[in-house]
Amino acid sequence: MAEPIIQMQKVNKWYGEFHVLRNINLDVGRGERIVICGPSGSGKSTMIRCINRLEEHQQGRIVVEGTELTNDLKNIEAIRRDVGMVFQHFNLFPHLTVLENLTLGPIWVLKRPKAEAEATAMKYLERVRIPEQAKKYPGQLSGGQQQRVAIARSLCMNPKIMLFDEPTSALDPEMVKEVLDVMIELAEEGGMTMLCVTHEMGFAKAVAHRVIFMDRGEIVEQNKPDEFFANPQNERTKLFLSQILH
Amino acid sequence: MASVSESLPPPSSTTGPIAWVRERLFSSPLNAVLTILAVWLLVMIIPALIEWGLVQAHFTAATSAECRGHPGACWAFIGEKYRFILFGLYPYDEQWRPLLAVLVLIGLIVATCMPLFWKPRLIVIWAVGLVVVGVLMWGGVFGLTYVEDTNWGGLPLTLILATFGIAVAFPLGLLLALGRRSRMPAIKTLCIIYIELIRGVPLISLLFMSSVMLPLFLPEGFSIDKLLRAQIAIILFSAAYIAEVVRGGLQAIPKGQYEGADSLGLSYAQKMGFVILPQALKIVIPPMVSLFISAFKDTSLVVIIGIYDLMQSTKASLNDPAWRGFSIEAYIFIAAIYFVFCFSMSKYSRNLEERLATGHKR
Amino acid sequence: MAHDSLNGQAPARRLSWNDPDVRSVVYQIVALGLVGLVAWFLISNTLHNLSSRNIASGFGFLDREAGFAIGEGPIDFAPHNTYARAVLVGLLNTLRVAVIGIVLATLLGTIVGIARLSKNWLIAKLSLFYVETIRNVPLLLQLFFWYAVITETMPGPRQALHPLPGVFISNRGVKLPVPADHFAFDLAGVAFLIGLVLSVLVSNWAKRRQDATGQSFPVWSTCIALILGLPIFGWLIGGAPLEFDIPKLRGFNFTGGVTLTPEFAALLFGLVVYTGAFIAEVVRSGIEAVSHGQTEAAAALGLRRGQILRLVVLPQALRVIIPPMTSQYLNLTKNSSLAVAIGYPDIVSVANTAINQTGQAIEGILIIMAVYLTFSLSISLFMNWYNKHIALVER
Repeated sequence: MAEPIIQMQKVNKWYGEFHVLRNINLDVGRGERIVICGPSGSGKSTMIRCINRLEEHQQGRIVVEGTELTNDLKNIEAIRRDVGMVFQHFNLFPHLTVLENLTLGPIWVLKRPKAEAEATAMKYLERVRIPEQAKKYPGQLSGGQQQRVAIARSLCMNPKIMLFDEPTSALDPEMVKEVLDVMIELAEEGGMTMLCVTHEMGFAKAVAHRVIFMDRGEIVEQNKPDEFFANPQNERTKLFLSQILH
Repeated sequence: MASVSESLPPPSSTTGPIAWVRERLFSSPLNAVLTILAVWLLVMIIPALIEWGLVQAHFTAATSAECRGHPGACWAFIGEKYRFILFGLYPYDEQWRPLLAVLVLIGLIVATCMPLFWKPRLIVIWAVGLVVVGVLMWGGVFGLTYVEDTNWGGLPLTLILATFGIAVAFPLGLLLALGRRSRMPAIKTLCIIYIELIRGVPLISLLFMSSVMLPLFLPEGFSIDKLLRAQIAIILFSAAYIAEVVRGGLQAIPKGQYEGADSLGLSYAQKMGFVILPQALKIVIPPMVSLFISAFKDTSLVVIIGIYDLMQSTKASLNDPAWRGFSIEAYIFIAAIYFVFCFSMSKYSRNLEERLATGHKR
Repeated sequence: MAHDSLNGQAPARRLSWNDPDVRSVVYQIVALGLVGLVAWFLISNTLHNLSSRNIASGFGFLDREAGFAIGEGPIDFAPHNTYARAVLVGLLNTLRVAVIGIVLATLLGTIVGIARLSKNWLIAKLSLFYVETIRNVPLLLQLFFWYAVITETMPGPRQALHPLPGVFISNRGVKLPVPADHFAFDLAGVAFLIGLVLSVLVSNWAKRRQDATGQSFPVWSTCIALILGLPIFGWLIGGAPLEFDIPKLRGFNFTGGVTLTPEFAALLFGLVVYTGAFIAEVVRSGIEAVSHGQTEAAAALGLRRGQILRLVVLPQALRVIIPPMTSQYLNLTKNSSLAVAIGYPDIVSVANTAINQTGQAIEGILIIMAVYLTFSLSISLFMNWYNKHIALVER
């Protein structure tokens, strides 16, 4: 693969005395799709949140699209424009309509005219199959619909990288599929670099190029999905997989 | 690779006192400026206060002349007057009685704060407690000499006005809250008018009303004393606020609870008494504590109609020609008393709120 | 009921105690009857008492000569003026302290509320100390305290404290300089109004331009420049006069400048410090009510910190803040009635004097209550309107 789009080298992070990320080394190629799994508290979310600096790392280097993440606000803003993020709890803005949620970033960050931003927003709402909800407020939508709006909101920024932080774990079971379908569709289009923290192993098998298993703040094992599930190397991975796959 | 890698200590640049200072005080230029400003302010104020309140202060003085002409505080004034400030005109030799009454009232408040006592027996405890307070203060039985309530004063009076006020206002407020949520338009309107009328005017106007208008309202030859009139004003005032707090609690009870009670065939009284109120009242305990704190602070307004509460006894002690001009010391002294009461109660209610909040989650 | 008559077989209704409608009517009649009875009892007693004491009821006394002086007020008052004018002076005094108090308390409270959330440990702890101390001591005590600080510990006019040029603090109150009467200051005032109007126009224009082209415009800095710059420009055109009416010591007291009497200064300071502490808690909880996820989501979109605050945090926080904030404003207004305790002639104090002089207790108290009820009702009407407005947007 050519020059990686994300490089993490010897990244370490502590919460107080607690060592949450231990010596993380990870290169992500352009267009690569990675699924990250692991027990809760293993640092998966913290790791991807470091990539758009919602969390600060304390040691090591993180380079995104050739720009190193430092305290420089300009760099952080530049990187956040290129990196979209979908949260576990959607985090839609409750005081704005669905359409306004989608156009907020394009208007204020990308400086698009309102009409153009709205046209783009409608295009993405159609892709996530809820254009009819454009004028409603987030509180009026179901969880699955809200998460699809959240995905559309990120896509409106035309990002090169999408981060998904447990996008389906706050959803009722019957809504998981509608969100996963949207994500699979996005993956199948190709071109988008995706990092997804999830326990949806079906999704991992279907679209991931690589599955990463994290435990206690470190990357324990990584492999192609079929290898990873058929033939896990590490004891901790085996234990985790046996628990999650029953 | 099965072993877990060592957990390393965080780099020293992110822990330890230096990192703490950098993170908490100098994390940005703005913060650095603010820190310096705040430190400068403290350096200006604190040494001067210590100088005034401790170093230069007089803690004992036989007469006020010793204090005068000195730059420091005259705490000797408090030493001279504290019995008067705390107990007012109550006969000097009998002042153990108001002291005991204060302890009983504090005991009642503390008991009310403990979840252990959140049972119907709390009402019995209150009734007994208030009777004991009345006996102690008035006397006239068990060999206690009778003390007229015009001679009551100071801290016990402040506590009595607040606790009796809230205790009597509570059932009244409960009825008003139920009335305001009732489906009967006439009763609902009456309750709304009362609540909004009272909440719309300052307590002072009610105190004035009780002191000058109440005598006009009553049949000729029938009079109630000044203290009781002030107490009535405080009760009427608190009831409206209690009603709103209880209404908030009632609204927080999910509709399903009402429907569940109805589906069991309970009557209105049974539904409220066994199902709704026990839940709603638990929710309103923290706001009730805040209401009690306000009532405690608000009783100080009775000085305006000349009742001898803590504030009035302080003002009276300042009128002693031999000890004039030490109001700052006197006010700081009673401010400390008010603060101890209010702060401990509000601290408690905040803890309780957190505990109840976590109890409701999941 | 309409559908009953349609199918022609309305269930037979007879009066029965088991019919909830019958019960409800009976309850309501009993309640109204009781209230009416109590009211009749009180009113008949009152009328009887009034006639036996030879007090004429009614508001006729308002036209009589008041015969007492009022310490201060925005309009002139002399003892030969009527009671009606005295009441008006009291009302204006209440409004004066309430309006200035609300503005200052909002400023103080907002600053302290934000400071409570500061990352700066010292600032956060200091604000916490302020809020906790002030909220747990009765306002009346604080008013007495500040009044004593001014009248007892401050030096006389000859040794007045002089913290800023032109500002004098003595036991006679606070003296402040005011701009001297000059054409340039009128010009600056007009320019300020023009600046306000232009700001509105500019922000409308900027929004339309952004909608059309996507280019944003520095609206905030432009508006501030207009609102501050134009008056300065007007002042410069007027000849940039530097004459201020500065208080000067003449004999035993000051002349010139404006005076804040000890009563007004203590009341205003006490109300602002007290209400500011409550507003600080309102602001803090409003900001905390906006979840951290909102800020993160906005940051992940690439919005800058100022934009996050303006577009995401503030609109949500304000919804939580505004209702309790208005009730704090109402509290401040109601608490200004404590003026009577330190002798500031507000509406309560004036009405109280009138009651003592004329014996018209009922009328005097009705005037006080009517004034405060008007304030309260107009504010709650506004709140109802506002809540409906918000509710409409929310759902």
